[in-house]
Amino acid sequence: MNPPPLVAVAGSPNAGKSALFNALTGARQKVGNYPGVTVERHSGRLTLADGRPVELVDLPGAYSLEPASPDEAVTRDVLLGKQKGERQPDALVIVLDASNLDNHLRFALQLIELGLPTIIALNMVDLAKRDGLELDPQAVERELGVPVVETIAVRRRGISELQAAVDDMLSAPRCGVHKQVKADLVHLQRRAREIATAAVISETPVRRWTHRLDAVLLHPFFGPLILAAIMFVMFQAVFAWSQVPVDWISSGVAWLSAQASAALPSGLLRSLIVDGAIAGVGAVITFLPQILILFFFILLLEGTGYMVRAAFLMDKLMHGVGLSGRAFIPLLSSFACAVPGIMATRTIDDPKDRLTTILVAPLMTCSARLPVYTLIIAAFIPNTRLVWGVGLQGLVMFGLYVIGIAGALLAALVLRRGVLKGDGGGFMMELPKYQWPTLKDLIIGILTRAQIFLKRAGTIILGTTIILWALASVPQAAPGQKQSEVSIAGHIATGIETVVRPIGFNHDIALALLPAMAAREVAVSAIATVYSIDSPDERGGATKLQDKLRHRWSLATALAFLAWFVFAPQCISTIAVTRRETNGWKWPLFMVTYLFALAYLAAGATYWIAVAVGLGGM
Amino acid sequence: MNAHFHPETSLDRLTVGTRARVCAVDWIALDEGEGRRLKHFGFDEGVIVEPLHLGPFGRDPIAVRVGRMTVAIRRKHAGAIRVTPLA
Repeated sequence: MNPPPLVAVAGSPNAGKSALFNALTGARQKVGNYPGVTVERHSGRLTLADGRPVELVDLPGAYSLEPASPDEAVTRDVLLGKQKGERQPDALVIVLDASNLDNHLRFALQLIELGLPTIIALNMVDLAKRDGLELDPQAVERELGVPVVETIAVRRRGISELQAAVDDMLSAPRCGVHKQVKADLVHLQRRAREIATAAVISETPVRRWTHRLDAVLLHPFFGPLILAAIMFVMFQAVFAWSQVPVDWISSGVAWLSAQASAALPSGLLRSLIVDGAIAGVGAVITFLPQILILFFFILLLEGTGYMVRAAFLMDKLMHGVGLSGRAFIPLLSSFACAVPGIMATRTIDDPKDRLTTILVAPLMTCSARLPVYTLIIAAFIPNTRLVWGVGLQGLVMFGLYVIGIAGALLAALVLRRGVLKGDGGGFMMELPKYQWPTLKDLIIGILTRAQIFLKRAGTIILGTTIILWALASVPQAAPGQKQSEVSIAGHIATGIETVVRPIGFNHDIALALLPAMAAREVAVSAIATVYSIDSPDERGGATKLQDKLRHRWSLATALAFLAWFVFAPQCISTIAVTRRETNGWKWPLFMVTYLFALAYLAAGATYWIAVAVGLGGM
Repeated sequence: MNAHFHPETSLDRLTVGTRARVCAVDWIALDEGEGRRLKHFGFDEGVIVEPLHLGPFGRDPIAVRVGRMTVAIRRKHAGAIRVTPLA
């Protein structure tokens, strides 16, 4: 059977391409990677009126077929049929921002030259109207010689018309494809302007919304204040909004664990299910609400167009430590997870700029640290309210984020003075128009992230928890002995303990650090598993993990543990993605070494100071 | 001559809100990638540009309106773009 026809969705950045892709394919999307390069491949399915399937691929946004970034190179190679792991598309949907035809038509002209069957989606016609621009789609159709469909992807308007046009296009006989492209940007640009001028029916000068908003949001004084306020609200919300769903999930886990305890006969199997699988995975999925709230904010900031403004505001400061404003977006994404953050550094053109950003990205407080932070904060920091809306717990959390950021900036400064010496690269970005992303697009984005997280919880975390359970359960302790000391894991931990004892870590922490190399949040499930095995009487969630911690750790130890996790590179995925992005083991090894050194020093300093001021007791 | 009243200057010297026509771009002063990106944004002789916002620290970078889009570029790169202010 022939594979379904492949239709590529192409367009310049900020044309609303992803929203259009979502509108055409719905939530049934596959996210993968092009082989050999680190560019994401988004694909989905579209079913035509007669039931025939079509494969749709969302190409990275590009300004032209002369690439200025690795993303744009993939777009060019796919379109020319030169990309490994991708067949040449059978047809093209070109997405244009109706209010920016002067610019976007240049790329469209180049794409039409390829000779593939092509449809133009004249997108965001509502925003063009908002800007006082009345357009004639027929004029564009006449000038370009390909069908033009007006769409408003975020409102799902014009989508069925576009689908019908795709249907027509694929039914028509196809002609040959050129492998040559016109490279004369200046010539194409002039032609684009001519067509854009011909397409304008009327233009009413209006004070543009985007300009008015920018006057406030990019204001030299209020702009940075608003940015700081947004970030503060974001991190408070991660705590405040998640409380209710977190309680639901933890009572659900406790119920499941009680049911399993009752149903299974006492013994190894029950221990494996209850202490291993349920205690371990349960402890981690409790943090799903927080991770999703954070992703919600990041997707919202990205979707509205504010993220680029944040980069604009921060560029000079980032430049000061040898980074560019472009690094702000990957670093901000690293608050959710360093893996997509490091992958997002592809948009940074200067190689040293990019490498520095990759090396400091793990210092941004990723969501995997949230389980660790929330657990320790909830157990040791009193839930007092300082002023209206600001709690002590939230403030400590905010402080941990600030330490991470300060550490990253300092590390970048040192790296740029030392191993990665050189002048900072450039900063050239388009400031897109502000718009409200639709709930549906946000939900698709959040669901994709939830899927990735749950998959991790189901595989890496479940796997390591079970291995840890096995190591921690064998051999069985005789009466009067502590299981966590007799077992195999206990002996390994004793070795680690000699190294971490000076910075205030006890045997249980040493035991948790080892599996937490897989992912930081595993530390939580590992601690939960260890204490669950150690005290079978407390099984079934009768005693909360926080209470167990309070009886076993001093405040100084808890604070040192927090400081450790601000810096420690305990994440296999981050190390792996760094290896892939830097094409070798040199930089990931460098990263792991310097971050562990910082973690040890920070935890040590925290512990010694805390003990000195009298916080060393239970 | 107009040129006397509206002398040629560079984009980084324009005050916010001053519209100007690009008369030349010093492509040699830019590296290949930077020059290509400026072309992607539509910087070209004859195009009307207007600085809209300045970065909060050191008035860098500059948000410039070029054609129908707004782009952010650093002061250093704006210096390579020669412009003639419009009346």
